[in-house]
Amino acid sequence: MKHTLSYSKLLFFLILIGGGQFLMGRTITICPTCDVSSIKQGIASAMEYDTLLIKKGTYNEYNIVIDKPLTLLGEDYPVIDGEDMGEIITIVSDNVTVEGLFIINVGTSYTTDYAAVRVVKSENFLIKHLVLEKLFFGIYLEKANNGKVYHNKIIGDAVDEYNSGNGIQLWYSHHVEVDRNIVQGTRDGIYLEFSDQVTINNNISSDNIRYGLHFMFSNDDTYTNNTFENNGAGVAVMFSKNIRMRNNTFRKNWGTASFGMLLKEINDAEIVGNTFEENTIGINIEGSNRIDYTRNDFINNGWAIKVRGACYTNTFKNNNFLYNSFDISYNSKVNDNIFKENYWSSYTGYDLDKNGIGDAPYRPVKLFSYIVNRTPETIVLLRSLFMDIIDFSEKVSPVFTPDNLMDSSPLMQKTE
Amino acid sequence: MLKILKYSFYDLMRSRWSYVYFLFYLALGFVLLFLNNDLSKAVITLMNVIIVLVPLIGTIFGVMYFYNSKEFTELLLAQPLRRSTIFLGQYFGVAGSLTLSLFLGLGIPFVLYGLFRSEAIFNFALLLITGAFLTFIFTALAFNIALSNENRIKGFGYAVLLWLFLAVIYDGLFLLSLIVFEEYPLDTFSLVATMCNPIDLSRTLILLKLDISALLGYTGAVFKKFFGTDFGLLVSLLVLLLWTLLPIWRLAVKSRRKDF
Repeated sequence: MKHTLSYSKLLFFLILIGGGQFLMGRTITICPTCDVSSIKQGIASAMEYDTLLIKKGTYNEYNIVIDKPLTLLGEDYPVIDGEDMGEIITIVSDNVTVEGLFIINVGTSYTTDYAAVRVVKSENFLIKHLVLEKLFFGIYLEKANNGKVYHNKIIGDAVDEYNSGNGIQLWYSHHVEVDRNIVQGTRDGIYLEFSDQVTINNNISSDNIRYGLHFMFSNDDTYTNNTFENNGAGVAVMFSKNIRMRNNTFRKNWGTASFGMLLKEINDAEIVGNTFEENTIGINIEGSNRIDYTRNDFINNGWAIKVRGACYTNTFKNNNFLYNSFDISYNSKVNDNIFKENYWSSYTGYDLDKNGIGDAPYRPVKLFSYIVNRTPETIVLLRSLFMDIIDFSEKVSPVFTPDNLMDSSPLMQKTE
Repeated sequence: MLKILKYSFYDLMRSRWSYVYFLFYLALGFVLLFLNNDLSKAVITLMNVIIVLVPLIGTIFGVMYFYNSKEFTELLLAQPLRRSTIFLGQYFGVAGSLTLSLFLGLGIPFVLYGLFRSEAIFNFALLLITGAFLTFIFTALAFNIALSNENRIKGFGYAVLLWLFLAVIYDGLFLLSLIVFEEYPLDTFSLVATMCNPIDLSRTLILLKLDISALLGYTGAVFKKFFGTDFGLLVSLLVLLLWTLLPIWRLAVKSRRKDF
C-alpha cells in the first residue's frame, strides 16, 4: 500500500514537471479585479490538486498558509508584498508547487525566523522560479524532505549578521535538491543544519555577509558546479561527514578574516576539481581527517591551504598550486598528511629523466609561513629581502619546518 | 648652486652609468609587462625590485660620484663659492639624474602599456614617489659617508654596510625582537619600527595600498588603520621627507666645517 502511494506521488510529479502546462485538477484564476482577488481566498476555495493561476498584479498579503496539495503558479511575476509584517507563504501540506512569484518585504524579527517561503514537515514540494527581495529568511525548509528548490533568485540587502537571515535554509530536511539558484546579499547564502543526502548544484552564491554555503551537522551531502564569490567566507563545512565537493569555484573571498573554504571537524570528505582563486585563505582546515584533495586549482591566494592542527591522513594529489603567497601553512612539526604529484608554481627543481616528475622534492611550507604562524605580527615583514634570504636558506636545508612535509614527486607541468 | 647642480646633472646625463641605469629599468619594465600584462601585478613585482635596488644603486652611485669628482670639487673649493652650494649642487645633480632614470625607465613601458587607462596609476605613482624618496635618502647618506671618510675603501665599505643594514639586517633584528617579545602587544612597536627604516616604510606603504594587505591579518588591520588613512600617508611621507632632510642638513653642516 505504501509503495503504491509513493508511486502515485512520483507519477504526479512526473506529470507536473514533464507535462509543463498540463496540470491536474481545476484552475482557479486570481487577479486583483477577479472574483478571487487574494491568494488566501483562492486557497480557501480550492480543492486538493487544484492550480491557482495568479495573474500579474500586487497582492499585499502575509501569513498565507497552504494546507492542501496545490500548485501556485504566477503569471508574469505577480508581486506578493508582505509589508514587513511577518512570514509570507507557509507550506504545511505535501505535494505543493510554488512557481513564478515575486515576493518582497518579509518581516524582520529578533524572535521568529520569518521566511518568504517556509515548508514545514512536508514532502514532494517544488519551489521554482521565485524572485525574493527585501527578505529576512528566503526559503526555509523545516523537516521537509524529498523536495526541490530550483532556479530561484534571492536578493537580500543584509548589512549585519544579527538582524539578517539566510537565503535558503534547510533544517532537518533530507533528500532535497537545491539547483540553479542565485543567492546574494543574505547572511548565509545556503545553510544546512541536520540535513542529510542533500544535493546542491549549479548555484551562484555571492556577496553574502557570512558564508556562501554553510553546513552544520549535515552528512552525506554533495555540492557541485557552484560558484561562491565575494562572501564573508565562501563555504563553511562544519561537524559533518561524507561531504562531496566537486567542481565548485571559490573566488575573491578576500578580507582579513575571509577564506574560500573552511573545514572544521570534517571527516571522510572528497574535494575534487574545485578552483580557489584570489581568496585570502584558500582552504582553512581544522580537525579534519581522511579527506581527499584531488585536481583542485589554487590560484593567487594569500594562503592556498592553512592547516590549523589535528588533521590526519589527508591526501593532496594532482592539485595545481599557482602563484599563492604561501602554498601551505602548518602550525606543528608533526605531519601525517600526504602530498604527492602536485604542481607547484614555485618549484625550482629539475627533471633529468624526463618523466614529468621533478627529481628533487618540493617543500611547500616556507620558513616565513612557519614564523608567521608562531608570531602573527611578523607578517609585516612580508616581501622583505631578509625574509626571501632566510626562506631560501631554509629551502636548501630545512631546520624549522617539518622535514617530512614535502611533495617527493612534484609535477613539472600543470595537471588539467 | 643651480649652476653646479646643472653641471653635475649634465655630467651624469652624459655618463655611461646613467644610461645603463635607465636602460636597466626600461628593460625591466618591458619584460615585466611583456610577461604579465596585468599592470597592478607588475607593480607588486616592481616593488620588490625597487625596495632593494634603488637604495643600493643610490648608495653606490653617491659614493662613487663623490670620490670620482673629488679633484673637481677641490678646484671648485678654490673659487669664491659657498661650500654648501658646491656639495648640495653635486648631491642634487646625482640624486636628480638617478630619479630621472628611474622615472623614465619605468614610466615609458607602463605608459605604453596603458597606464593612464588603468586603475593602477595611483599605486604606480606611489611606487615612483617612494622610489624617488629612497634615491634621495640613500644618495644623501652616501654623500655623508663619503664626506666623513677620506679613505675610499673605507667609505665604500661603510656605504655598502649601511645599505645592508637597512635592507636586510634591520629586518632581521626586527624579526628577532618580535619573536623574543611575542608575549607582549607588539602593534605599536612594529608600527614604530617600520617607520624608523625608510626601506620598510616604503615597502609597507606600497603593500597596504595593494589589496595584498588582507593577508596581513590583525596586525595588517592595525597598520591599515594607520597607513591606510590620509593622515597615515601624510605622516609616512613626512617621515620619508625627514629621512631626506636630515642627511642633507648634516651634509651642509659637515661640508662647512671640513678641512680639505
